[in-house]
Amino acid sequence: MSETTVVNNGVNVEALLGAREALSEAPEAAKFLWRASCEWKNGTHSKTSVEGYFGLGSEQVHKKTFSFDADHPEVFASEDNGATPVEIVLVGLASCLTAGIAAVAQHRDIQLRSCKATIEGGMDIQGILGVDADVRNGFDGINVHYDIDADATPDEIRALVAQSQKRSAVYDIVTNPTNVSVEVN
Amino acid sequence: MVTSRNVTCVIIGAGHAGLAMSRCLTELSVDHVLLERGEVANSWRTERWDSLRLLTPNWQSRLPGFKYQGENPDGFRDMPEVIKFIDQYANFISAPVETSTRVTSVSSSESGYKIITNQGEWRCKVLVIASGACNIAVVPNIAEAVSYKVNMLTPIQYKNPNQLADGGVMIVGASATGTQLSKEIQLSGRQVTLSVGEHVRVPRVYRGYDIKWWMDSTGILDERYDDVDDINRARRVPSLQLTGSLDRGTLDLNTLTGIGVKLVGRMVGMRDDKALFSGSLKNVCSLADLKMNRLLDNIDEWITNNDHIVGINPRERFLPTLIENSPTLEINLTENNIKTIIWATGFRPDLSWLDVPVLDRKGQILHEGGIVNFPGMYLMGMQFLRRRKSSLIDGAGDDALDLSKHLKAYLDG
Repeated sequence: MSETTVVNNGVNVEALLGAREALSEAPEAAKFLWRASCEWKNGTHSKTSVEGYFGLGSEQVHKKTFSFDADHPEVFASEDNGATPVEIVLVGLASCLTAGIAAVAQHRDIQLRSCKATIEGGMDIQGILGVDADVRNGFDGINVHYDIDADATPDEIRALVAQSQKRSAVYDIVTNPTNVSVEVN
Repeated sequence: MVTSRNVTCVIIGAGHAGLAMSRCLTELSVDHVLLERGEVANSWRTERWDSLRLLTPNWQSRLPGFKYQGENPDGFRDMPEVIKFIDQYANFISAPVETSTRVTSVSSSESGYKIITNQGEWRCKVLVIASGACNIAVVPNIAEAVSYKVNMLTPIQYKNPNQLADGGVMIVGASATGTQLSKEIQLSGRQVTLSVGEHVRVPRVYRGYDIKWWMDSTGILDERYDDVDDINRARRVPSLQLTGSLDRGTLDLNTLTGIGVKLVGRMVGMRDDKALFSGSLKNVCSLADLKMNRLLDNIDEWITNNDHIVGINPRERFLPTLIENSPTLEINLTENNIKTIIWATGFRPDLSWLDVPVLDRKGQILHEGGIVNFPGMYLMGMQFLRRRKSSLIDGAGDDALDLSKHLKAYLDG
Protein backbone atom coordinates (compact mmCIF):
# COMPACT_ATOMS: atom_id res chain seq x y z
CA MET A 1 0.00 0.00 0.00
CA SER A 2 1.44 3.32 -0.97
CA GLU A 3 -1.13 5.57 0.65
CA THR A 4 -0.63 6.49 4.26
CA THR A 5 -3.63 6.32 6.52
CA VAL A 6 -3.96 8.25 9.74
CA VAL A 7 -4.73 6.03 12.68
CA ASN A 8 -7.60 7.38 14.74
CA ASN A 9 -8.93 5.54 17.76
CA GLY A 10 -10.23 8.78 19.21
CA VAL A 11 -7.41 8.98 21.75
CA ASN A 12 -5.39 12.18 22.01
CA VAL A 13 -1.98 10.61 22.51
CA GLU A 14 -0.11 13.90 22.12
CA ALA A 15 -2.05 15.32 25.05
CA LEU A 16 -1.27 12.23 27.15
CA LEU A 17 2.41 12.33 26.30
CA GLY A 18 2.48 16.07 26.97
CA ALA A 19 0.87 15.47 30.35
CA ARG A 20 3.41 12.75 31.13
CA GLU A 21 6.26 15.11 30.38
CA ALA A 22 4.74 17.99 32.31
CA LEU A 23 4.00 15.79 35.32
CA SER A 24 7.49 14.35 35.48
CA GLU A 25 8.66 17.94 35.97
CA ALA A 26 5.96 18.69 38.54
CA PRO A 27 5.18 15.40 40.31
CA GLU A 28 2.93 17.11 42.88
CA ALA A 29 0.37 17.86 40.17
CA ALA A 30 0.19 14.13 39.47
CA LYS A 31 -1.45 13.46 42.83
CA PHE A 32 -5.13 12.76 42.24
CA LEU A 33 -7.90 11.93 44.65
CA TRP A 34 -10.90 10.13 43.21
CA ARG A 35 -14.18 10.23 45.09
CA ALA A 36 -17.61 8.75 45.11
CA SER A 37 -20.46 9.24 47.55
CA CYS A 38 -22.89 6.48 48.29
CA GLU A 39 -26.29 6.71 49.90
CA TRP A 40 -28.39 3.84 51.12
CA LYS A 41 -31.88 3.68 49.60
CA ASN A 42 -33.62 0.59 50.87
CA GLY A 43 -32.75 -3.03 51.45
CA THR A 44 -29.52 -3.74 49.54
CA HIS A 45 -30.19 -0.88 47.12
CA SER A 46 -27.85 2.11 47.18
CA LYS A 47 -27.10 4.98 44.83
CA THR A 48 -23.56 6.19 44.36
CA SER A 49 -22.70 9.42 42.63
CA VAL A 50 -19.47 10.68 41.19
CA GLU A 51 -18.96 14.36 40.56
CA GLY A 52 -15.82 16.05 41.84
CA TYR A 53 -12.23 14.91 42.15
CA PHE A 54 -8.91 16.49 42.97
CA GLY A 55 -6.07 16.62 40.45
CA LEU A 56 -3.50 18.86 38.76
CA GLY A 57 -3.26 20.77 42.00
CA SER A 58 -6.91 21.78 42.35
CA GLU A 59 -10.51 20.65 42.64
CA GLN A 60 -12.08 19.46 39.40
CA VAL A 61 -15.61 18.46 38.38
CA HIS A 62 -16.98 16.10 35.77
CA LYS A 63 -19.14 17.62 33.02
CA LYS A 64 -22.12 16.19 34.88
CA THR A 65 -22.88 14.05 37.90
CA PHE A 66 -22.85 10.33 37.15
CA SER A 67 -24.86 8.01 39.33
CA PHE A 68 -24.84 4.26 39.77
CA ASP A 69 -27.54 2.09 41.30
CA ALA A 70 -26.29 -1.00 43.04
CA ASP A 71 -28.42 -3.77 44.43
CA HIS A 72 -28.61 -7.53 44.50
CA PRO A 73 -30.70 -9.81 42.29
CA GLU A 74 -33.96 -11.46 43.24
CA VAL A 75 -32.25 -14.80 43.95
CA PHE A 76 -30.77 -12.99 46.96
CA ALA A 77 -34.28 -11.88 47.87
CA SER A 78 -33.45 -8.34 46.79
CA GLU A 79 -35.21 -6.01 44.38
CA ASP A 80 -32.57 -5.95 41.66
CA ASN A 81 -32.52 -2.17 41.23
CA GLY A 82 -29.03 -2.24 39.83
CA ALA A 83 -25.93 -4.28 39.17
CA THR A 84 -24.31 -5.98 42.14
CA PRO A 85 -21.21 -4.27 43.54
CA VAL A 86 -19.00 -7.11 42.34
CA GLU A 87 -20.34 -6.70 38.84
CA ILE A 88 -19.44 -3.02 39.07
CA VAL A 89 -15.88 -4.11 39.87
CA LEU A 90 -15.93 -6.12 36.62
CA VAL A 91 -17.25 -3.02 34.82
CA GLY A 92 -14.34 -1.04 36.21
CA LEU A 93 -11.74 -3.61 35.19
CA ALA A 94 -13.11 -4.20 31.68
CA SER A 95 -13.53 -0.50 30.93
CA CYS A 96 -10.08 0.35 32.27
CA LEU A 97 -8.38 -2.36 30.19
CA THR A 98 -10.38 -1.39 27.11
CA ALA A 99 -9.49 2.29 27.44
CA GLY A 100 -5.87 1.24 27.82
CA ILE A 101 -5.98 -0.88 24.67
CA ALA A 102 -7.30 2.06 22.64
CA ALA A 103 -4.64 4.40 24.01
CA VAL A 104 -1.76 1.97 23.51
CA ALA A 105 -3.02 1.15 20.00
CA GLN A 106 -3.14 4.84 19.14
CA HIS A 107 0.39 5.32 20.46
CA ARG A 108 1.61 2.37 18.40
CA ASP A 109 -0.23 3.51 15.26
CA ILE A 110 -2.61 0.59 15.24
CA GLN A 111 -6.15 1.23 13.99
CA LEU A 112 -8.78 -0.58 16.05
CA ARG A 113 -11.90 -1.59 14.14
CA SER A 114 -13.63 -3.31 17.00
CA CYS A 115 -12.68 -4.30 20.49
CA LYS A 116 -15.04 -6.29 22.68
CA ALA A 117 -14.40 -7.81 26.08
CA THR A 118 -16.32 -10.33 28.08
CA ILE A 119 -15.37 -10.61 31.69
CA GLU A 120 -16.27 -13.19 34.32
CA GLY A 121 -15.47 -13.36 37.99
CA GLY A 122 -15.99 -16.65 39.79
CA MET A 123 -17.21 -16.61 43.34
CA ASP A 124 -18.14 -19.20 45.91
CA ILE A 125 -20.75 -17.43 48.04
CA GLN A 126 -20.10 -19.76 50.96
CA GLY A 127 -17.49 -17.10 51.79
CA ILE A 128 -19.80 -14.08 52.12
CA LEU A 129 -22.48 -16.19 53.76
CA GLY A 130 -20.00 -17.38 56.37
CA VAL A 131 -20.71 -21.03 55.60
CA ASP A 132 -17.08 -22.02 55.21
CA ALA A 133 -14.29 -19.93 56.73
CA ASP A 134 -11.77 -21.31 54.25
CA VAL A 135 -13.60 -19.79 51.29
CA ARG A 136 -12.66 -16.21 50.53
CA ASN A 137 -15.29 -13.53 50.12
CA GLY A 138 -14.03 -12.15 46.87
CA PHE A 139 -13.55 -13.55 43.41
CA ASP A 140 -11.61 -16.80 43.22
CA GLY A 141 -10.40 -15.60 39.85
CA ILE A 142 -11.30 -13.26 37.00
CA ASN A 143 -11.22 -14.15 33.32
CA VAL A 144 -11.29 -11.56 30.59
CA HIS A 145 -11.72 -12.47 26.95
CA TYR A 146 -11.02 -9.98 24.19
CA ASP A 147 -12.19 -10.08 20.59
CA ILE A 148 -10.18 -7.46 18.75
CA ASP A 149 -10.22 -6.56 15.10
CA ALA A 150 -7.34 -4.24 14.25
CA ASP A 151 -4.75 -3.51 11.58
CA ALA A 152 -2.05 -5.52 13.33
CA THR A 153 -0.60 -9.02 13.61
CA PRO A 154 -1.98 -11.38 16.28
CA ASP A 155 1.21 -10.89 18.33
CA GLU A 156 0.94 -7.11 18.09
CA ILE A 157 -2.64 -7.37 19.33
CA ARG A 158 -1.55 -9.62 22.20
CA ALA A 159 1.11 -7.07 23.06
CA LEU A 160 -1.53 -4.31 23.18
CA VAL A 161 -3.58 -6.31 25.63
CA ALA A 162 -0.52 -7.16 27.75
CA GLN A 163 0.68 -3.56 27.82
CA SER A 164 -2.77 -2.35 28.74
CA GLN A 165 -2.74 -4.65 31.79
CA LYS A 166 0.70 -3.36 32.73
CA ARG A 167 -0.53 0.25 32.77
CA SER A 168 -4.05 -0.28 34.12
CA ALA A 169 -5.06 1.24 37.45
CA VAL A 170 -7.96 -1.13 38.03
CA TYR A 171 -5.90 -4.18 37.06
CA ASP A 172 -3.36 -3.11 39.68
CA ILE A 173 -6.08 -2.50 42.27
CA VAL A 174 -7.59 -5.92 41.65
CA THR A 175 -4.34 -7.90 41.49
CA ASN A 176 -2.47 -6.26 44.37
CA PRO A 177 -3.38 -5.57 48.00
CA THR A 178 -4.36 -2.01 48.91
CA ASN A 179 -4.78 -0.54 52.37
CA VAL A 180 -8.37 0.41 53.03
CA SER A 181 -9.38 2.41 56.07
CA VAL A 182 -13.01 2.84 57.00
CA GLU A 183 -14.08 5.29 59.68
CA VAL A 184 -17.39 6.22 61.18
CA ASN A 185 -18.32 9.73 62.31
CA MET B 1 48.84 21.23 57.01
CA VAL B 2 47.03 19.04 54.52
CA THR B 3 48.75 18.88 51.19
CA SER B 4 46.74 18.00 48.19
CA ARG B 5 47.97 16.42 45.01
CA ASN B 6 47.04 17.90 41.65
CA VAL B 7 46.16 16.05 38.50
CA THR B 8 44.14 17.01 35.44
CA CYS B 9 41.64 14.17 35.75
CA VAL B 10 40.58 11.85 38.54
CA ILE B 11 38.80 8.63 37.67
CA ILE B 12 36.95 7.13 40.62
CA GLY B 13 37.01 3.35 40.34
CA ALA B 14 39.48 0.99 38.67
CA GLY B 15 37.14 -1.58 37.20
CA HIS B 16 36.79 -2.22 33.48
CA ALA B 17 34.98 1.13 32.92
CA GLY B 18 37.56 3.29 34.69
CA LEU B 19 40.41 1.42 33.01
CA ALA B 20 38.90 1.82 29.54
CA MET B 21 38.66 5.56 30.23
CA SER B 22 42.26 5.60 31.52
CA ARG B 23 43.49 4.03 28.29
CA CYS B 24 41.61 6.61 26.17
CA LEU B 25 42.91 9.52 28.26
CA THR B 26 46.47 8.22 27.92
CA GLU B 27 46.01 8.14 24.15
CA LEU B 28 44.91 11.81 24.34
CA SER B 29 47.81 12.68 26.70
CA VAL B 30 45.52 13.75 29.54
CA ASP B 31 47.32 13.12 32.84
CA HIS B 32 45.10 11.31 35.30
CA VAL B 33 44.89 8.97 38.25
CA LEU B 34 42.44 6.20 39.16
CA LEU B 35 41.34 6.14 42.80
CA GLU B 36 40.33 2.63 43.81
CA ARG B 37 38.78 1.81 47.20
CA GLY B 38 40.23 -1.73 47.11
CA GLU B 39 42.19 -3.42 44.36
CA VAL B 40 41.66 -3.37 40.61
CA ALA B 41 38.31 -5.08 39.81
CA ASN B 42 37.24 -4.73 43.42
CA SER B 43 33.51 -5.45 42.96
CA TRP B 44 34.35 -8.60 41.03
CA ARG B 45 36.60 -9.71 43.89
CA THR B 46 34.32 -8.98 46.81
CA GLU B 47 30.69 -8.53 45.76
CA ARG B 48 29.91 -11.61 43.68
CA TRP B 49 28.77 -15.11 44.59
CA ASP B 50 31.24 -18.00 44.26
CA SER B 51 29.85 -19.84 41.24
CA LEU B 52 29.09 -16.77 39.12
CA ARG B 53 30.38 -16.74 35.58
CA LEU B 54 30.22 -13.76 33.27
CA LEU B 55 26.96 -13.61 31.30
CA THR B 56 28.76 -12.59 28.11
CA PRO B 57 30.98 -15.03 26.16
CA ASN B 58 34.78 -14.74 26.39
CA TRP B 59 35.17 -13.20 22.93
CA GLN B 60 32.83 -10.38 23.84
CA SER B 61 34.88 -8.70 26.58
CA ARG B 62 36.72 -6.32 24.30
CA LEU B 63 38.47 -3.34 25.84
CA PRO B 64 40.35 -0.62 23.94
CA GLY B 65 43.48 -2.30 22.57
CA PHE B 66 42.78 -5.60 24.31
CA LYS B 67 40.75 -8.71 23.65
CA TYR B 68 40.40 -12.42 24.44
CA GLN B 69 43.25 -14.50 23.07
CA GLY B 70 42.39 -17.92 24.53
CA GLU B 71 41.07 -21.06 22.94
CA ASN B 72 37.51 -20.98 24.23
CA PRO B 73 35.89 -17.85 22.79
CA ASP B 74 32.37 -19.16 23.44
CA GLY B 75 33.00 -20.00 27.10
CA PHE B 76 32.13 -17.86 30.11
CA ARG B 77 34.75 -16.58 32.55
CA ASP B 78 34.46 -17.50 36.19
CA MET B 79 35.26 -14.79 38.74
CA PRO B 80 39.02 -15.54 39.08
CA GLU B 81 39.26 -15.35 35.29
CA VAL B 82 37.37 -12.03 35.16
CA ILE B 83 39.65 -10.57 37.84
CA LYS B 84 42.74 -11.84 36.01
CA PHE B 85 41.49 -10.38 32.73
CA ILE B 86 40.90 -6.93 34.23
CA ASP B 87 44.23 -7.09 36.11
CA GLN B 88 46.01 -7.93 32.87
CA TYR B 89 44.35 -4.98 31.20
CA ALA B 90 45.44 -2.62 33.99
CA ASN B 91 49.04 -3.83 33.51
CA PHE B 92 48.80 -3.73 29.74
CA ILE B 93 47.79 -0.07 29.73
CA SER B 94 50.07 0.80 32.71
CA ALA B 95 47.08 2.35 34.46
CA PRO B 96 48.04 4.86 37.19
CA VAL B 97 45.95 3.23 39.92
CA GLU B 98 46.03 4.31 43.57
CA THR B 99 44.71 1.24 45.37
CA SER B 100 43.16 1.09 48.87
CA THR B 101 42.05 4.68 48.37
CA ARG B 102 38.46 5.23 49.39
CA VAL B 103 36.84 8.48 48.26
CA THR B 104 34.87 10.03 51.10
CA SER B 105 33.88 13.33 49.50
CA VAL B 106 33.85 15.08 46.15
CA SER B 107 33.00 18.77 45.99
CA SER B 108 33.37 21.41 43.32
CA SER B 109 35.91 24.23 43.54
CA GLU B 110 36.72 27.23 41.33
CA SER B 111 39.23 25.25 39.34
CA GLY B 112 37.39 21.94 39.22
CA TYR B 113 36.96 19.37 41.97
CA LYS B 114 38.30 18.63 45.41
CA ILE B 115 38.42 14.95 46.33
CA ILE B 116 38.97 13.76 49.86
CA THR B 117 40.07 10.17 50.42
CA ASN B 118 41.35 8.08 53.30
CA GLN B 119 44.78 8.58 51.70
CA GLY B 120 44.72 12.35 51.43
CA GLU B 121 43.31 15.00 49.17
CA TRP B 122 43.30 15.43 45.39
CA ARG B 123 42.46 18.40 43.17
CA CYS B 124 41.51 17.99 39.54
CA LYS B 125 39.95 19.88 36.66
CA VAL B 126 37.78 17.04 35.43
CA LEU B 127 36.23 14.05 37.10
CA VAL B 128 35.13 10.65 35.81
CA ILE B 129 32.82 8.59 38.01
CA ALA B 130 33.37 4.91 37.24
CA SER B 131 32.59 3.47 40.63
CA GLY B 132 29.98 1.01 39.44
CA ALA B 133 26.24 0.71 38.95
CA CYS B 134 25.67 -2.09 41.44
CA ASN B 135 27.28 -1.07 44.75
CA ILE B 136 24.14 -1.34 46.84
CA ALA B 137 21.46 -4.02 46.72
CA VAL B 138 18.00 -2.48 46.59
CA VAL B 139 15.66 -4.03 49.13
CA PRO B 140 11.96 -3.08 49.08
CA ASN B 141 10.28 -1.68 52.21
CA ILE B 142 8.22 -4.84 52.69
CA ALA B 143 11.39 -6.48 54.01
CA GLU B 144 10.82 -4.54 57.25
CA ALA B 145 7.61 -6.48 57.84
CA VAL B 146 9.27 -9.90 57.63
CA SER B 147 9.63 -11.83 60.91
CA TYR B 148 13.04 -11.87 62.57
CA LYS B 149 12.89 -15.68 62.35
CA VAL B 150 13.43 -15.51 58.62
CA ASN B 151 17.01 -14.87 57.55
CA MET B 152 17.26 -12.21 54.84
CA LEU B 153 20.15 -11.79 52.42
CA THR B 154 21.04 -9.67 49.44
CA PRO B 155 22.94 -11.07 46.43
CA ILE B 156 26.00 -9.09 47.59
CA GLN B 157 26.02 -11.09 50.84
CA TYR B 158 25.22 -14.42 49.20
CA LYS B 159 28.24 -16.60 48.39
CA ASN B 160 26.95 -20.18 48.13
CA PRO B 161 24.10 -22.41 49.37
CA ASN B 162 26.13 -23.68 52.35
CA GLN B 163 25.57 -20.41 54.16
CA LEU B 164 21.77 -20.94 54.06
CA ALA B 165 19.71 -22.71 56.72
CA ASP B 166 18.11 -25.99 55.71
CA GLY B 167 14.54 -25.43 54.60
CA GLY B 168 12.80 -23.39 51.97
CA VAL B 169 14.17 -20.27 50.32
CA MET B 170 12.16 -17.49 48.76
CA ILE B 171 13.95 -15.51 46.10
CA VAL B 172 12.37 -12.20 45.17
CA GLY B 173 13.16 -11.02 41.65
CA ALA B 174 13.56 -13.07 38.47
CA SER B 175 16.22 -11.24 36.52
CA ALA B 176 19.74 -12.57 35.89
CA THR B 177 20.59 -12.73 39.59
CA GLY B 178 17.32 -14.19 40.88
CA THR B 179 17.12 -16.89 38.24
CA GLN B 180 20.76 -17.98 38.66
CA LEU B 181 20.45 -18.16 42.44
CA SER B 182 17.14 -20.04 42.12
CA LYS B 183 18.81 -22.74 40.07
CA GLU B 184 21.83 -23.13 42.32
CA ILE B 185 19.83 -23.15 45.53
CA GLN B 186 17.09 -25.48 44.25
CA LEU B 187 19.82 -27.92 43.14
CA SER B 188 21.33 -27.72 46.65
CA GLY B 189 18.21 -29.49 47.94
CA ARG B 190 16.32 -26.47 49.27
CA GLN B 191 12.84 -25.78 47.89
CA VAL B 192 12.95 -22.44 46.10
CA THR B 193 9.92 -20.18 45.61
CA LEU B 194 10.65 -17.49 43.06
CA SER B 195 8.67 -14.25 43.07
CA VAL B 196 8.43 -13.01 39.50
CA GLY B 197 7.74 -9.45 38.36
CA GLU B 198 8.60 -7.97 34.99
CA HIS B 199 11.51 -9.81 33.44
CA VAL B 200 13.35 -10.31 30.18
CA ARG B 201 13.35 -13.82 28.74
CA VAL B 202 15.90 -14.90 26.12
CA PRO B 203 17.36 -18.23 25.02
CA ARG B 204 21.11 -18.62 25.67
CA VAL B 205 21.69 -19.97 22.17
CA TYR B 206 19.49 -19.24 19.16
CA ARG B 207 19.90 -20.95 15.80
CA GLY B 208 23.33 -22.16 16.86
CA TYR B 209 24.81 -18.83 18.00
CA ASP B 210 24.92 -17.17 21.41
CA ILE B 211 22.14 -14.63 21.96
CA LYS B 212 24.80 -12.02 22.77
CA TRP B 213 26.42 -12.72 19.40
CA TRP B 214 23.10 -11.99 17.72
CA MET B 215 22.51 -8.87 19.76
CA ASP B 216 26.02 -7.70 18.87
CA SER B 217 25.85 -8.59 15.16
CA THR B 218 22.39 -7.16 14.55
CA GLY B 219 23.38 -3.86 16.16
CA ILE B 220 20.95 -4.10 19.09
CA LEU B 221 23.76 -3.64 21.62
CA ASP B 222 24.99 -0.57 19.74
CA GLU B 223 21.63 1.22 19.90
CA ARG B 224 22.29 4.71 21.21
CA TYR B 225 20.67 6.48 24.13
CA ASP B 226 19.47 9.28 21.85
CA ASP B 227 17.89 6.83 19.39
CA VAL B 228 15.51 5.00 21.71
CA ASP B 229 11.93 6.15 22.33
CA ASP B 230 12.14 6.45 26.08
CA ILE B 231 15.64 6.36 27.55
CA ASN B 232 14.43 6.42 31.16
CA ARG B 233 12.45 3.29 30.54
CA ALA B 234 15.31 1.66 28.59
CA ARG B 235 17.62 2.31 31.56
CA ARG B 236 15.22 0.54 33.90
CA VAL B 237 14.81 -2.65 31.84
CA PRO B 238 15.63 -5.63 34.06
CA SER B 239 18.70 -7.72 33.24
CA LEU B 240 18.30 -10.62 30.83
CA GLN B 241 17.54 -14.03 32.31
CA LEU B 242 20.89 -15.58 31.40
CA THR B 243 23.56 -17.74 32.93
CA GLY B 244 27.08 -18.40 31.75
CA SER B 245 27.41 -22.15 32.13
CA LEU B 246 29.64 -24.79 30.60
CA ASP B 247 26.69 -26.39 28.77
CA ARG B 248 25.50 -23.02 27.35
CA GLY B 249 22.04 -23.85 28.63
CA THR B 250 19.06 -21.49 28.72
CA LEU B 251 17.90 -20.26 32.11
CA ASP B 252 14.27 -19.24 31.75
CA LEU B 253 11.30 -19.80 34.02
CA ASN B 254 10.45 -23.06 32.25
CA THR B 255 13.97 -24.34 33.06
CA LEU B 256 13.40 -23.45 36.69
CA THR B 257 9.95 -25.02 36.99
CA GLY B 258 11.51 -28.08 35.32
CA ILE B 259 13.85 -28.57 38.30
CA GLY B 260 11.09 -27.93 40.82
CA VAL B 261 11.21 -24.19 41.53
CA LYS B 262 7.77 -22.79 42.42
CA LEU B 263 6.76 -19.54 40.73
CA VAL B 264 4.64 -16.86 42.35
CA GLY B 265 3.77 -13.30 41.29
CA ARG B 266 5.58 -10.12 42.24
CA MET B 267 5.82 -9.82 46.02
CA VAL B 268 3.59 -6.94 47.06
CA GLY B 269 3.37 -7.13 50.81
CA MET B 270 3.47 -8.99 54.09
CA ARG B 271 0.38 -9.53 56.21
CA ASP B 272 1.30 -11.08 59.56
CA ASP B 273 3.36 -14.09 58.59
CA LYS B 274 2.01 -14.25 55.07
CA ALA B 275 3.82 -13.03 52.00
CA LEU B 276 1.36 -11.64 49.43
CA PHE B 277 1.89 -11.85 45.68
CA SER B 278 0.37 -10.00 42.76
CA GLY B 279 -2.11 -11.80 40.53
CA SER B 280 -0.25 -10.46 37.49
CA LEU B 281 2.13 -13.43 37.04
CA LYS B 282 0.50 -14.56 33.79
CA ASN B 283 0.68 -11.11 32.30
CA VAL B 284 4.33 -10.46 33.14
CA CYS B 285 5.18 -13.86 31.61
CA SER B 286 3.09 -13.11 28.55
CA LEU B 287 4.82 -9.73 28.13
CA ALA B 288 8.21 -11.46 28.36
CA ASP B 289 7.24 -14.17 25.85
CA LEU B 290 5.98 -11.57 23.36
CA LYS B 291 9.12 -9.46 23.76
CA MET B 292 11.36 -12.49 23.31
CA ASN B 293 9.52 -13.43 20.13
CA ARG B 294 9.90 -9.90 18.77
CA LEU B 295 13.64 -10.12 19.41
CA LEU B 296 13.80 -13.50 17.64
CA ASP B 297 11.72 -12.11 14.73
CA ASN B 298 14.24 -9.29 14.38
CA ILE B 299 17.11 -11.77 14.35
CA ASP B 300 15.35 -13.92 11.74
CA GLU B 301 14.78 -10.86 9.57
CA TRP B 302 18.43 -9.87 9.90
CA ILE B 303 19.49 -13.39 8.87
CA THR B 304 17.31 -13.14 5.76
CA ASN B 305 19.07 -9.90 4.82
CA ASN B 306 22.57 -11.18 5.67
CA ASP B 307 22.81 -14.56 3.96
CA HIS B 308 26.60 -14.79 4.29
CA ILE B 309 26.47 -16.14 7.86
CA VAL B 310 27.27 -19.86 7.81
CA GLY B 311 26.15 -22.72 9.99
CA ILE B 312 22.85 -21.26 11.11
CA ASN B 313 20.24 -23.68 12.42
CA PRO B 314 16.59 -23.46 11.33
CA ARG B 315 14.20 -20.92 12.82
CA GLU B 316 12.69 -22.04 16.12
CA ARG B 317 10.22 -20.79 18.66
CA PHE B 318 10.16 -21.76 22.33
CA LEU B 319 7.27 -22.94 24.48
CA PRO B 320 5.40 -20.11 26.17
CA THR B 321 6.22 -19.72 29.86
CA LEU B 322 4.22 -22.39 31.65
CA ILE B 323 2.24 -21.00 34.54
CA GLU B 324 -0.21 -23.01 36.57
CA ASN B 325 -3.82 -21.91 36.26
CA SER B 326 -4.18 -20.24 39.62
CA PRO B 327 -0.78 -19.28 40.99
CA THR B 328 -0.54 -18.93 44.76
CA LEU B 329 -1.39 -15.43 45.98
CA GLU B 330 -0.13 -15.85 49.53
CA ILE B 331 2.35 -18.04 51.38
CA ASN B 332 2.60 -18.41 55.12
CA LEU B 333 6.35 -18.38 55.68
CA THR B 334 6.31 -20.41 58.91
CA GLU B 335 3.83 -23.05 57.75
CA ASN B 336 5.77 -23.46 54.51
CA ASN B 337 9.12 -23.73 56.30
CA ILE B 338 10.63 -20.77 54.47
CA LYS B 339 13.81 -19.96 56.39
CA THR B 340 15.51 -17.53 54.04
CA ILE B 341 14.51 -14.68 51.74
CA ILE B 342 16.98 -13.41 49.16
CA TRP B 343 16.17 -9.97 47.77
CA ALA B 344 17.30 -10.10 44.15
CA THR B 345 15.45 -6.87 43.53
CA GLY B 346 18.13 -4.86 41.80
CA PHE B 347 21.10 -2.69 42.61
CA ARG B 348 21.96 0.97 42.66
CA PRO B 349 25.21 2.91 42.70
CA ASP B 350 26.63 4.33 45.93
CA LEU B 351 27.11 8.05 45.36
CA SER B 352 26.89 9.04 49.02
CA TRP B 353 30.30 10.76 48.78
CA LEU B 354 29.22 13.05 45.96
CA ASP B 355 28.65 16.56 47.35
CA VAL B 356 27.88 18.19 44.01
CA PRO B 357 24.23 18.95 43.16
CA VAL B 358 23.80 16.55 40.25
CA LEU B 359 21.23 14.12 41.64
CA ASP B 360 17.54 14.18 40.74
CA ARG B 361 14.77 13.79 43.30
CA LYS B 362 15.14 10.01 43.14
CA GLY B 363 18.87 10.14 43.80
CA GLN B 364 19.90 9.36 40.24
CA ILE B 365 22.71 11.24 38.60
CA LEU B 366 21.54 13.65 35.89
CA HIS B 367 23.49 13.17 32.71
CA GLU B 368 23.22 13.20 28.95
CA GLY B 369 24.92 10.06 27.63
CA GLY B 370 27.51 10.14 30.43
CA ILE B 371 28.09 13.90 30.27
CA VAL B 372 26.94 14.92 33.74
CA ASN B 373 24.94 18.15 34.20
CA PHE B 374 27.95 19.82 35.81
CA PRO B 375 30.99 21.19 33.96
CA GLY B 376 33.81 18.69 33.57
CA MET B 377 32.07 15.73 35.20
CA TYR B 378 31.59 12.41 33.43
CA LEU B 379 29.95 9.10 34.22
CA MET B 380 30.83 5.57 33.05
CA GLY B 381 29.51 2.04 33.38
CA MET B 382 25.81 2.70 33.98
CA GLN B 383 22.88 0.90 32.42
CA PHE B 384 22.36 2.24 28.87
CA LEU B 385 24.68 5.19 29.55
CA ARG B 386 25.29 5.82 25.85
CA ARG B 387 24.44 2.48 24.31
CA ARG B 388 22.49 -0.63 25.17
CA LYS B 389 25.84 -2.35 25.86
CA SER B 390 27.09 0.38 28.24
CA SER B 391 26.83 -1.79 31.35
CA LEU B 392 28.77 -4.67 29.74
CA ILE B 393 32.56 -4.92 29.88
CA ASP B 394 32.29 -4.85 26.09
CA GLY B 395 30.46 -1.53 26.21
CA ALA B 396 33.06 0.44 28.14
CA GLY B 397 35.38 0.98 25.16
CA ASP B 398 33.04 2.89 22.85
CA ASP B 399 31.67 5.00 25.72
CA ALA B 400 35.19 5.84 26.93
CA LEU B 401 36.22 6.78 23.41
CA ASP B 402 33.27 9.21 23.04
CA LEU B 403 33.50 10.70 26.50
CA SER B 404 37.29 11.07 26.52
CA LYS B 405 37.02 13.15 23.34
CA HIS B 406 34.37 15.35 24.95
CA LEU B 407 36.52 15.64 28.06
CA LYS B 408 39.60 16.65 26.04
CA ALA B 409 37.59 19.28 24.16
CA TYR B 410 36.32 20.63 27.47
CA LEU B 411 39.91 20.93 28.78
CA ASP B 412 41.02 22.62 25.59
CA GLY B 413 38.22 25.16 26.10
